[in-house]
Amino acid sequence: MSDTTILNRDDMVTAKTSVSVLFAGDSGDGMQLTGTQFANTVAVYGSDLNTFPNFPSEIRPPAGTVSGVSGFQLQFGTTGVYTPGAKFDVMIAMNAAALKANLKNLHHGGIIITDTDGFDAKNLNLSGYGEANNPLEDGTLKDYTVFKIPVVSLTRKALAETGLSTKIIDRCKNMFVLGVLYWLYSLPLETTIKTLKTKFRKKLDIAEANIKAVQAGYNFGDETEMFSQHGRFSVAPADKKPGVYRRVTGNEASAIGLAAAAKKAGLKLFLGSYPITPATEILQTLAGLKKWGVKTFQAEDEIAGVLTSIGAAYGGALAATNTSGPGLALKTEGMGLAVILEVPLVIINVMRGGPSTGLPTKPEQSDLLMAMYGRHGEAPMPVIAAKSPVDCFYAAYEAAKIAVEYMTPVICLTDGSLALSSEPMLIPSPDELPSVTPVFSPARNADDPAYLPYKRDERGVRQWAIPGTKGLEHRIGGLEKQHETGNVSHDPENHALMTKLRAEKVARVADIIPDLTIDNGPEKGDVLVLGWGSTYGAIKKAVEQVLEGGCSVAHAHLRYINPFPKNLREIMSNYKKVLIPENNCGQLLSMIRDKFLFEPVGFSKVQGLPFNEMEIEAKITDILKEL
Amino acid sequence: MTDTLAQLTAKDFTSNQEPKWCPGCGDFSVLQQLKNAMADLGLKTEEVVVVSGIGCSSRLPYYVATYGVHGIHGRALAMASGIKTSRPELSVWVGTGDGDALSIGGNHYIHTVRRNLDLNVILFNNEIYGLTKGQYSPTSKVGLKTVTSPNGVVDHPINTAALTLGAGGTFFARVMDRDGKIMREIFKRAAEHKGTSLIEIYQNCPIFNDGAFDAFSNKERKADTTIYLEQGKPLVFGKDNNKGIRLDGFKPVVVDLGSSSVSENDLWIHDEKDFIKANMLSRFFDDPDASEDFLPRPFGIFYVEDRYTYEDALTEQIAAAQENGEGTLEELLAGSSTWTIE
Repeated sequence: MSDTTILNRDDMVTAKTSVSVLFAGDSGDGMQLTGTQFANTVAVYGSDLNTFPNFPSEIRPPAGTVSGVSGFQLQFGTTGVYTPGAKFDVMIAMNAAALKANLKNLHHGGIIITDTDGFDAKNLNLSGYGEANNPLEDGTLKDYTVFKIPVVSLTRKALAETGLSTKIIDRCKNMFVLGVLYWLYSLPLETTIKTLKTKFRKKLDIAEANIKAVQAGYNFGDETEMFSQHGRFSVAPADKKPGVYRRVTGNEASAIGLAAAAKKAGLKLFLGSYPITPATEILQTLAGLKKWGVKTFQAEDEIAGVLTSIGAAYGGALAATNTSGPGLALKTEGMGLAVILEVPLVIINVMRGGPSTGLPTKPEQSDLLMAMYGRHGEAPMPVIAAKSPVDCFYAAYEAAKIAVEYMTPVICLTDGSLALSSEPMLIPSPDELPSVTPVFSPARNADDPAYLPYKRDERGVRQWAIPGTKGLEHRIGGLEKQHETGNVSHDPENHALMTKLRAEKVARVADIIPDLTIDNGPEKGDVLVLGWGSTYGAIKKAVEQVLEGGCSVAHAHLRYINPFPKNLREIMSNYKKVLIPENNCGQLLSMIRDKFLFEPVGFSKVQGLPFNEMEIEAKITDILKEL
Repeated sequence: MTDTLAQLTAKDFTSNQEPKWCPGCGDFSVLQQLKNAMADLGLKTEEVVVVSGIGCSSRLPYYVATYGVHGIHGRALAMASGIKTSRPELSVWVGTGDGDALSIGGNHYIHTVRRNLDLNVILFNNEIYGLTKGQYSPTSKVGLKTVTSPNGVVDHPINTAALTLGAGGTFFARVMDRDGKIMREIFKRAAEHKGTSLIEIYQNCPIFNDGAFDAFSNKERKADTTIYLEQGKPLVFGKDNNKGIRLDGFKPVVVDLGSSSVSENDLWIHDEKDFIKANMLSRFFDDPDASEDFLPRPFGIFYVEDRYTYEDALTEQIAAAQENGEGTLEELLAGSSTWTIE
C-alpha cells in the first residue's frame, strides 16, 4: 500500500545485544501508544522485551510542564532483558519538559531524539528551563548524541496533501518519531501498519495519515544526513522458544491466571474488588471476561470486596479479591474469617510504597510481614510471590490451586513494578497447566450419619460443602468451632486443637511445593543472593555479571514464602554468606532470621524504585571483599 | 432428613442448636415466624442460606436448619451479596441488627439496598447494643441513658425507613416483634418480592432497653400511636378506628372520623407502589412521648417497587457475552493479539 519508496542506503550498522529506550512527551503526545507500538514491533520481531509506563498520577496535569510528562520505557534485546532497564540508552523527548524530567536517567553518552518544535519559547518557559536557556543550544547536552528533528513541521509537510486539519495532522507526530526509531534500529514497519489499520478501521483517513507519518519518519532516516556519522543499529532477535506469544502486563497476567485456574477447576470465577492503584487493572481485565463466565463485583469498599468474595467462596465459586496495601489493611478482618471458615480465597496484593497512602504509583515490597502476620489471632495462610510480569500468571494460578485444594485463603504478592510492566508470554497449552481439583462433599441421604463439615482428610483439609447440596445443611461462622462438627465451641482444649489443625494444614502445603533451586551460579560457593518477588530481574542481571567476572556467587529466588520450601535451610548452608536484597527494611531477612536463627546480610531500598543491577552488583562485590 | 416431596413444616427448619437468647427476648418470635414463613413458602432446607453479622440477632443462622453463615460485624450484607451474585438460585436471608446494619455496616446497607439484590433482610432493631451489654446504638432515642451515655444520648437517631427509601430500596416493611401473625405474612411478601426486601422489626430487649417500644406496643396506647398499612385501604387508626390521616396538600394531618365533616372517603388511601407517599410515611417518625401532637408510627408494608435485580442484570450480561458460546481455556490464554516465533 506504500506510496513512498523506502530506500535502503548503505549505512553503517552497529549490532547491539540490548537497548533501553524511553519515549517521553507531554501527557497528550501519545507516548504510551507510541511505546506500545514499538514494543509490539520488537516483540513480533522476536526480541526479548520488558516495558514500563511512567505517567503522572494526575489525570490531566498542566500541559508542557514537568509534572505533565508521560513516559514509556522499554528494554529489548537478544539476551539479558529482565527489566525495563535501570537507565536508558535512547531517549525520545517530544518537548523541553520531557527532556528536563528524564535527562538524569539517560546513560552518559546516550542518544537523545528531540522534536525541536517542542522547544519553542512557550515550552521552554513551561518546562522551567526558561526561553533564554534552550538546552539544545546552550551546551547542556554536550555529553550526549543529540538528533534535533523538527517533527511537527516535517509531519505537516508529509501529510499536507491529506486534506486533514492541522490539529489531526499534529496528532500524527508521534508516528513520525516512531518511524525514525524504526529506521535507526533497522526494524520493520509492518506490525505498526497492521495495527493502525485495525485500530482505525472505521476512520480510514486517520489510518492512512498515521501510516504516512510512520513511513515519512522512516524515510527521513534514510534521506537525512543527520545520522550518517553514527549510522544505524541492529538488535538480533532473541533465541526464544518457538511457539505462540502474547504480550501481558503483570496485572493482566494475574487476572488471566485466576480465570484460567477457574476454567481448569471447572469453577466459576468471582472477583469482589474495589479500585485501587496499582491493582485496578486486575478488576478491569476480569470485568471484560464475561464470555468466560467471570463475575466481577465492584464493591462499595475494600471490606465488601473481600466479604462478597468469601460469600461467593461459601457458595462454591473460585473467589478472589485484589488490592494494594491500604486495601489489604482493610481486608484483614475478613481474611481472618476466611481462615476460620476454611474456604478457598485468593487475595492478590499489588504492593506499593507505604505507610498510609504513601506512594500509590510506586513499587515497594513492604507488605510482606502484613501478609504473613497482619491478622488478629493465630491466622496463618500461604503466601506466594510473583517474580516477573509473566510470572504473575503462574503465581495467581498457583495461589488458586493451593486455595482450592487446601481450603484456605492464599495471599499472592505482586507489586507496582510488575503490575504495569509487560513482557512477551509464551502461551501455555491448557494441558501444560497443573490440575486444580476441588473436593466437594457429596449429597447425603436421610439415614446417613450426621454430616461433619470440619472432618479432615489426611492432609488436614476439610471438604467444600456448598449450599444447594441435599443433606449438607450446616451452620458455620467466625466463632470458634468444635472439631469436626463445626458447632460453636468455647472449650479450651478444642480451641488449642483447632488452632493447631489450622496451622498444620497451611504448613503441609510444603508437601506439594517444589524444592528451591539455584537459578544461576554454583551449588556451593561464597555468596547466595536470595531474592523474592520483583527483584528477580535486577538480581538475575547482577549475578550474571559477577559470574562473568569469575566470582563464586549464586542466585535463588523464593516463590513460596509461607510455607518456605523444605530445602531452604540446606541451600543457604551451602554458601558463606546469604544476601537478601528487598524493597523494604528487611522483612524477609527478619523472617529467615526468626525461622532459622541464622544471620543473612540485608540490603534495603525504599525509594519507591526497584533495584537496578548496578546496585546489587556493587553490594555483592562489597561482600566478596569482606570474605 | 425429610422427604422433599412433602411440604416441610416449621419444625423441619429447626436446627439442633438451642437458642441462647435471654428469656423474654423479642428474637424468639422472629425466629419462629421465620421458620413458619419458610415452611409456608415451600422452601427446601438445602436451597436456603441464612447470613448474619455480629450481635444478638446475628446468632439467627445457628438456629435454622438450612445452610448458614455467621460472619463478622457489619458485613452480613456484603457476604450475602457475594452468595447471591454467585448463586442467584439460592434463597438468601439476612439477620442483622441496628448496630450491625446501620452503624458498623452502614456503608454496606446503603449499597446493598441500591443494588437491589434479591435478599430478604430482617433488621432486628432494639435501639441498643445488647451483646456488648447495653451501649446506645444509632437508633437509640435522644436522651437515652446507657453505660456509654450516662448523661443521655446526644446522637440524632437514624430513621431506618427514610434511609432505606433514600438509598433506593424497593421493599420496606416494619413490624412489631410480638405481632407474629403479621410478621409471618410480611416475611412471605418479602420472599416473594424480587429485590432487596427490608423488614425492620421493633424488637424489645428485656435486659438493656426494656420497653423501648412501649409507646407502640402497649395495649392501652398502641391504637392511638400506630397505624397499620393495608394496600388500597384508608389510613385509619385509633380506638374504634375513630381517626384517620388526610393529606392537606402535602401535609398529612390527623382527622377525627367522629366529626360529621370528615368521612373515610377523604382519607389517604395506602398505595405501596407510590414512592412519594412511601417517603412521606417514612417521615411519620414522631415520638408519642415527646408531644401530644404526633403522627402515628406506621407498621406493615410501606413500599414495593419492581426493579431489575443486580444478579439478573449481571447474568444477562454474561449470557449476552456468551451468545456465541462460552469462551474456552485456549481462547482465554491466547487473548486477542498473538505472534508466532518459529
